[in-house]
Amino acid sequence: MLSGIYSLFAAAIFVELDAVDVAFTEASVGAGISTMLMLGTLALTTRLEKIPTYMPILPLLVVVATGAALIYGTLDMPRFGDPNAPIHQHVVPRYIEDMPKEIGVPNVVTAVLASYRGYDTLGEVTVIFTAGIGVLVLLGGGRRERPGGRRAGGRGGPS
Amino acid sequence: MELVQGLYNYWIAMILMMAGFYVVISRGNLIKKIVGLNIFQTSVFLLYISMGAVEGGTAPILEEGLTRFSNPLPHVLILTAIVVGVATTALGLALIVRINEAYGTVEEEEIHAQDEPA
Amino acid sequence: MRHHHVLHVIAKLLLPFVLLFALYVQFHGDFGPGGGFQAGVIFAAGFILYTIVFGLENARKVAPMPAVRVLVAAGLLLYAGTGVAGVLLGGHYLNYSVLAGTPVAGQHLGIMVIEFGVGVTVAAVMITIFFCFAGREK
Repeated sequence: MLSGIYSLFAAAIFVELDAVDVAFTEASVGAGISTMLMLGTLALTTRLEKIPTYMPILPLLVVVATGAALIYGTLDMPRFGDPNAPIHQHVVPRYIEDMPKEIGVPNVVTAVLASYRGYDTLGEVTVIFTAGIGVLVLLGGGRRERPGGRRAGGRGGPS
Repeated sequence: MELVQGLYNYWIAMILMMAGFYVVISRGNLIKKIVGLNIFQTSVFLLYISMGAVEGGTAPILEEGLTRFSNPLPHVLILTAIVVGVATTALGLALIVRINEAYGTVEEEEIHAQDEPA
Repeated sequence: MRHHHVLHVIAKLLLPFVLLFALYVQFHGDFGPGGGFQAGVIFAAGFILYTIVFGLENARKVAPMPAVRVLVAAGLLLYAGTGVAGVLLGGHYLNYSVLAGTPVAGQHLGIMVIEFGVGVTVAAVMITIFFCFAGREK
């Protein structure tokens, strides 16, 4: 439940940062699908977590040290919202300038996604495809094996 | 003060990132680890998108009279990363479900303890 | 869930709009926010709503697993095939300019087709994942 609210907040932040496409995706994916998946997993496994017997001091130290190093690293970064930051100087002005006559769709994100970076998106779709096949292999087979006694020996080795 | 105003977006992303990292390395519960990874992932999204934002810019949809847009490139990268992220999360959760079926637990230590005699 | 009449009626009322909105997002992605990824997820969310309210058995009748499995691959093949079509028509792989009479029209067509491919794959994968999780017994 909290993760759904968390995603909705993230989506609101993305709208505020002028990333409407991303906000749209985050709202539908985060608040919809991944919350469902999380609940499904909790229903299939267990709701209760074992209370840890020791204080996690070492992880805390590691996290604080890493965080300090990362924040020190941000001191040289371009300021938030700075239009002269390096990220805005390269490639993107060309996209925005030439896109109307090269592709002619108003939404720059769609044009870059589908046309300029078509290979990238093809790779991403392949990853999604592979993940879907993986879940199908891991969880989809149970139904067919049921008469054989998978359920009787539910704790046996993975077949 | 200028430093805080100019860099707070990165710092928020770092704090979120470290929160996710802490959950991943401090807990043995596999589901919690996935939750931690998700928080980590969101912080990276936030980092990218906040870098793409421009003061006074609008969403990158071309229209008459608008000249300043936020950077569309990080949007494209993160847009696909979100959907890929949920697909890979589903794969991780599927693995956890299978581990739970085979070992009867989702705690890392108990799994190791079961593996040791063999 | 058998006796929840309110849920059944509301879900039935809502479903066509959810699916229609998914199609709108899919084919309006060139002009406003949206595109294949979002549309696929929204389309899958419609099916998930149906599954939750009406049960897995009914949902499997609406979206049979073999068909969904074919769609998972079909979307990706449509995407990759668009690239191959570009090569056959004398362009580079995934260059849509040669697909229609003028380069701009070709780009438009290409974006439309591959976004559709993306949408089909994403929707089918999400439905597959959800069915797998829902069909598992503890």
